[in-house]
Amino acid sequence: MEKARNRMSYELRAEGTDDRGLKVALAGRVSLTEADSLLADLERLVKQHRPSRLTVDLGGASYMDSAGVLALFRLEDRLRDRGISTDFASPSEGIRGIMALIDREGLNRPPFHGESPPQGILESLGGASVRVGRDFVVVMSFFGECIAALIHLMTHPRDVRWEDVWFYMRRTGAEALPIVGLISLLIGLIIAFMSSLQLKQFGANIYVASLVAVAIVRELGPIMTAILVAGRSASAYAAEIGSMTVNAEVDALKTMGYDPVRFLVCPKLIATVVVLPLLTLYADVFGILGGMIVGILGLDLTPYTYLSASQKAVTVFHLLSSLVKALVFAFVIAWIGCQRGFQVRGGVEEVGAATTSAVVTAILFIVVVDSAFAVVLHYIR
Amino acid sequence: MRGAKEPVISVEGLTARFGSTTVLDAVRLEVFRGEILCIIGGSGCGKSTLLRHMIGLNRPSAGRVLVGGRDIASADEEELNRIRRGIGVLFQYDALFGSMTLGENVALPLEGLEGIARETVAAVVRMKLGMVNLGGYENHYPAELSGGMRKRGALARAMVLDPQILFFDEPSAGLDPINAAELETLIRGINAGLGTTTVIVSHQVELVRHVADRVIMIDRDAKGIIASGTLEELRQPGVDPRLKDFLFRGEEG
Repeated sequence: MEKARNRMSYELRAEGTDDRGLKVALAGRVSLTEADSLLADLERLVKQHRPSRLTVDLGGASYMDSAGVLALFRLEDRLRDRGISTDFASPSEGIRGIMALIDREGLNRPPFHGESPPQGILESLGGASVRVGRDFVVVMSFFGECIAALIHLMTHPRDVRWEDVWFYMRRTGAEALPIVGLISLLIGLIIAFMSSLQLKQFGANIYVASLVAVAIVRELGPIMTAILVAGRSASAYAAEIGSMTVNAEVDALKTMGYDPVRFLVCPKLIATVVVLPLLTLYADVFGILGGMIVGILGLDLTPYTYLSASQKAVTVFHLLSSLVKALVFAFVIAWIGCQRGFQVRGGVEEVGAATTSAVVTAILFIVVVDSAFAVVLHYIR
Repeated sequence: MRGAKEPVISVEGLTARFGSTTVLDAVRLEVFRGEILCIIGGSGCGKSTLLRHMIGLNRPSAGRVLVGGRDIASADEEELNRIRRGIGVLFQYDALFGSMTLGENVALPLEGLEGIARETVAAVVRMKLGMVNLGGYENHYPAELSGGMRKRGALARAMVLDPQILFFDEPSAGLDPINAAELETLIRGINAGLGTTTVIVSHQVELVRHVADRVIMIDRDAKGIIASGTLEELRQPGVDPRLKDFLFRGEEG
């Protein structure tokens, strides 16, 4: 007879039987943390004795959980493959109960879904290209739906949910004032400071004012404001509509006869299109103010001098073109944000992904649109 | 399995207050080893609040909750986690993690333990999924499963460590009758096979009638338990009429 002891909790006593069998008596506790050891100990005993049959006497087992029973079943399967039969003697009522619960066939059943094999670079690129292409089609289809909904509402203004428009104007516009003001001020400050380092050498301090004004009004004001609003509002729209999709609220709207685009998207579109140009003007003012701080403190300019130079540099064309850009950016932000929300199909985990995608896609489209404007405006002038 | 009368959970004078609102007032309750206890009551009566206190997710405003003889409210984080390893919870909305496959969800409690071979983890996951009739679905994501399958998957996760106590919060909410019946069969089977003490919060009368060894009813106005007993005991005259109306409505006599 020999013993194998797991220092944790169980003991095995093995003895050979006359018919080339091996009887192993288990005493003690076997739980999940001992299951691997039990399996290894039993296999070692079988390897040593090379029996034709194995009997595991469970009469002395004071406790065995499902992992312990599983270890016995796994041993049985392995020994069967080697032509060794196994039986379990004197299991307690508890162990018998666990044995009855375990689906023996299911233990070896392969999963219905295999794990996806790793893809090569070309396959991944190809797959990604197809996904981007399909996504583009979906996004542009949604663009069409938005236009159709807006046209309907222009001809049926009573159908516009004005309370929601007002709500989103406050959320997208008024609540963004502090952050837009602060960032624009800092941007103006930075541009003025960096340009002054060069222009000072030529005694051209006054041109700092013109440079800041033109840069802010023509480009940085609209695009920085749009990016900020995309981060705040495109994500919020995607999260709101995405959560509604997951909770079947969008389906509920449809069953009540409401068009989700008119009901949910148009108020956001209208609100964003109204507030973003105003926010852009506000950002322009703060940007110029930021530059003026550098002008006064670092370049010995007076406020009057600085503002006059700014005013001379900025034309009506610059201002109008920046406002038109802001209008288009606003449409992009609401369109993309809402589209990503409607795209959510699974659970709440997808809402997070949709929110991220809304911001990234909106910023990408903003930059593309800005590039197009740069080319178009160049030829218009 | 229906065990001896040894309490595994003792609720002693539990009071739960949220701001100025008292939801439970000086509740006393014992849950005995191996039994299936159903906690019933109308919406907002405090059933889930009581459950959350027993799991250690809420701390009592007064009183204490002993799980396995240990006061869950005064336990530090390490002791609380040790206590929680002996319990499993099936939440009302399954609470499976959408970014993980079903197999990864079920394996999650095992990953907190050291020294378990990967092959053993995989085998235990297959075993537990097989126990809830989800064998083969380990690589599916929760979004690919029906509501009933997600509930059973969440049950597999809740019992992966063979907990001494299983808690169910409205287990058949949102399930069709067939899935609900399958879940009832699983609850009874697990209780019988693993000897797990089971606490079920539910207002589904059919579930309670089919699985309960003992029932307690909580009433919102009383802020506590108004009746307790086996189904047979609760049918007797003298039991609070609110419970009879809740549990035995439509029965003759």
